[in-house]
Amino acid sequence: MLTFKTMIKGLVCICLASSINLALADEFTQEDEQRWQQQFMDVVKQGRALWTSPTLGSNGVACAQCHPNAANTHPETYPKFQKQIGKVIPLWEMINWCLRNPLEGQPLAADDPKMIAIQAYVTYERRGVKLEPGQH
Amino acid sequence: MSNINQSRRQFLKTGGLVALGSTLPISLVELAFAESSQNFTFAYISDAHIQHIKGNRFVRNWDMGLKRAVAEANLLTPKPDFVMFGGDLAQLGSQAELDHGAEIMSALKQPLKYVMGEHDYYLDLGAYWEKLFGPQYYSFDHKGVHFIVLNSIRTYDDWTYKRWPTAEQRMLEMAGLDNPNGSPFMVGEEQRKWLKQDLTKVNKDTPIVVFSHSPLQKIYKGWNFWTEDAEQIQALLKPYKKVSVIYGHVHQIQYNQIGNISFNSVMATAWPWPYPQSYAQAEQYLPKLTVPMNRADPFFDRDATGWQFVNLANGNVDLNFTLYNNKDRVVRFSKANKHPEDQDYQAEKARIDPQRHY
Repeated sequence: MLTFKTMIKGLVCICLASSINLALADEFTQEDEQRWQQQFMDVVKQGRALWTSPTLGSNGVACAQCHPNAANTHPETYPKFQKQIGKVIPLWEMINWCLRNPLEGQPLAADDPKMIAIQAYVTYERRGVKLEPGQH
Repeated sequence: MSNINQSRRQFLKTGGLVALGSTLPISLVELAFAESSQNFTFAYISDAHIQHIKGNRFVRNWDMGLKRAVAEANLLTPKPDFVMFGGDLAQLGSQAELDHGAEIMSALKQPLKYVMGEHDYYLDLGAYWEKLFGPQYYSFDHKGVHFIVLNSIRTYDDWTYKRWPTAEQRMLEMAGLDNPNGSPFMVGEEQRKWLKQDLTKVNKDTPIVVFSHSPLQKIYKGWNFWTEDAEQIQALLKPYKKVSVIYGHVHQIQYNQIGNISFNSVMATAWPWPYPQSYAQAEQYLPKLTVPMNRADPFFDRDATGWQFVNLANGNVDLNFTLYNNKDRVVRFSKANKHPEDQDYQAEKARIDPQRHY
């Protein structure tokens, strides 16, 4: 049960916060949005660089050779039942399949910044397409 | 007992079919033509993209594609009159790649002719390729058909000669299919002049087959499924009664009819490409006539790759696609409808789910 004392304490805190002009969590400006978008696009750009890089794998083959503009990767359908693997997997596992096989390289951890950048790029190229989780 | 007999009979029957199938050209043998003396076939292999890694190492996957096509084309019965290679023998135009590709191709037993692809060209503008294979554009006559080979992957002089500090960088910029720094393909004025001249000696009734690397029609500019001066080439070919254009570059089955000209693409031996409609941001014009090939399964190295043999029955092109993990496809010129048609899937209702691309 809230005591009168704790309520007062809370009120004081709120007053203090607004008096030193801290940003409120649910308010943001166009500037903020532009900055966040820029952060995202920087990662997309890194992803595009990896996508076209002959050194991501070991044999000089780049993702873009088979997937120009990341076409035929269908990020909007993951996670899905990947028939060749026999279970439901997220997109990054399929990316690792490509890294190991056509690129004859090493897989990346799910939270490797490179893996995140690749997924950011692939998804960005697919912008505007509606989500179809599970679709083959 | 009778059950066993029956299954044994079934087995023999199936076994027999497998054996027939493995001699490959059975569908070709079955084709009968009106004037059989005039008909002939040739094989078409394209887009091998032999890719050098280092020293004597090449990307195995692409090597295997070309080796398989060569081995199978050698098994064709009846023998094709010649074999065409449709361009992009190399990935980055180096001597190592062209030499390695030429060595694999040398196993072919039939006469061989080449088309120039952008991956062969943009390192030294075709100098080493010419040493190995001859001129970049030419024509020849065979059994009453006039064949024309164009180098359709040239581009604006400014891009070729002034834009890039090194030949290696120029090659890399053009090698990226989706690279925004690339430039549209074109035949160019020099060859258009030559083509006009070459055609003056050809009778209007003579069937003409044009080989180019890029489509001599406009499908999607972003990936150079496109030739900038396509309309001008089409205009030069317009006065002739039977004209067929066969092109590579697109790594997929496409076909179309524009006026008197039939267009057919050939597949790659290296890897398949997505249809342009699979790129959500693309403005593209895949011919309505085209029934796409099946979506590729990457877990089968050779799926959606292959090679083709071509019948020139009565001067029209019939294309037989040898697909490794799917049923083979036949796209044949329909005299009734006056355009190429798939023999199994053309009707809207006949199409199957794997042909749906998105």
